[in-house]
Amino acid sequence: MPETATELTELSAAMEPAGAPRALLLHDRFAGLAVSHNRILRCRSVDGLHIEGEETPTGARARIVVEPGVRLAQPVHLCFGVLPKEGVQEIVSQFDIGDGAQVSFVAHCSFPNAERVRHLMQARIRVGKGARMEYAETHYHGPQGGVEVLPVAHILIEEGGFYRSVFKLVEGAAGVVRLDYLAELGRDAACELDAKVYGKARDSIVIKESLVLNGENSRGLAKTRVVASEQCTSEVIGEVTGNAPYARGHVDCVEILTGPEARASAIPKLLVNDQRAKLTHEAAIGSVDKKQIETLMARGLSEAEAVDVVVRGMLR
Amino acid sequence: MLKVENIALVLDGKPILHDLNLHIREAEIHSILGANGTGKSTLASLIMGLSGYRPTAGRILFQGEDITELPAWERARRGITLAWQEPARFEGLTVAEYLELARRHGRNGDLGPSECLRKVGLAPEKYLRRAVDATLSGGERRRVELASVLAMMPKLAILDEPDSGIDPLAIENIVDVIRTLARNGGAVLLITHHEHVAAVADRASSLCGGTILKTGDPAAIARFYRNHCLECLHVNEPRAEEVAGA
Repeated sequence: MPETATELTELSAAMEPAGAPRALLLHDRFAGLAVSHNRILRCRSVDGLHIEGEETPTGARARIVVEPGVRLAQPVHLCFGVLPKEGVQEIVSQFDIGDGAQVSFVAHCSFPNAERVRHLMQARIRVGKGARMEYAETHYHGPQGGVEVLPVAHILIEEGGFYRSVFKLVEGAAGVVRLDYLAELGRDAACELDAKVYGKARDSIVIKESLVLNGENSRGLAKTRVVASEQCTSEVIGEVTGNAPYARGHVDCVEILTGPEARASAIPKLLVNDQRAKLTHEAAIGSVDKKQIETLMARGLSEAEAVDVVVRGMLR
Repeated sequence: MLKVENIALVLDGKPILHDLNLHIREAEIHSILGANGTGKSTLASLIMGLSGYRPTAGRILFQGEDITELPAWERARRGITLAWQEPARFEGLTVAEYLELARRHGRNGDLGPSECLRKVGLAPEKYLRRAVDATLSGGERRRVELASVLAMMPKLAILDEPDSGIDPLAIENIVDVIRTLARNGGAVLLITHHEHVAAVADRASSLCGGTILKTGDPAAIARFYRNHCLECLHVNEPRAEEVAGA
């Protein structure tokens, strides 16, 4: 078996705990990009979607272009991983979604053996006029908690465009997470930024989601769900700026503490520069809702089982 | 099946229940009538064993076993459950999963999740995959709660105003659920203000001022309730002459 094929098989096996079926990575039918450490193992385009990848000393550079008007029925699979215990992986990516195009990305990131791994993502995303992009990213980290994840994204959504992202890190030890997403919205554009993280042990989580509503009738939601157990610390910053008439923005943050030594904070920041804009926020921090627990206990679940059901549901 | 004996409950220094005695028989539908604030929901919480509702006096026997000190989940595993008037909502948990959770420690009745939903007037194809979250209306959520009780098929179901906020057309579904529970050998402790729903009871008790005043034929108790309790001005402080003159 060629070296690349062996690495790809190993990487696809490592992706399974993150919920990625092997076929997604290995099957030629799916467009996608797979990077193990700084080796590009797979880079496949399809009609209307072009992926260019370039290896760098510490990772890879990628440019993904969807032609205007192209609607891709199958999701594009992105896969990033570091299999050794140590290493740095820096992914610099650029997404250009043409006017009227529709595409969804399914990204899996796996660091199953990490003891000292840094994973840096820098993404610049343009969603063209009337275009639609969805980006679902699921992580799997090993149990040692030796991962630093630093995803940074700048998203520009043009008139009538739609962008939705879900960042999910609920399996394994999160380690250090510093997520920083900023979306700028044009007229009639819409955006949902959603992050779900389960922190354990001494994990340190900082999530910053910012929405700048520049266009009339633009709509944005910054949603975060964090469960902090043991000695985990969590900080969630949700920022919305309303710069245009009838812009609507909302910050929705829930952080649940399941251990006496866990710590959490939420910092919503709303800035309105046009009196016709309307921004709102809601944040709830604390233990699992007592009524939820008692409802499940009245069906025979122990308190620990009930907490697990509530937490797993929230992070789904 | 259930004997509540000489129960007293004090919350935040305030006496809520006192000298309360109640006997629920096997497969009996037993309704509790009482004005707002008389302690009906408190009694439900106390029988279920919710935290903060431990009696300061008396005991609760279920099938001969003293369960006064048992937590809610252990009582549930013995066959008691409670359907709340305002049930909790669960982000990310589907109706199908919620009903399956109820079956896990239930009596494994014949009714699967789809049948349970049909019984409460909800179409399974529309509801099984929906989340038990804020996207359900209050009425839908209460019906899902009743479906969950059916899925569990408990030995004793405590239903706290199951008709509250329910479409009048769906009241028959609730009556059917109550009868189904009883047909399957389960007792039902029914808290309701709805006379049509209360009419399914085999026996009824009147609760006033934190204690049971009378137990007996539902029609007689309903008359007592209509004539004395609806205009009761001394909630939680019953006067002896009111009881004596009933």
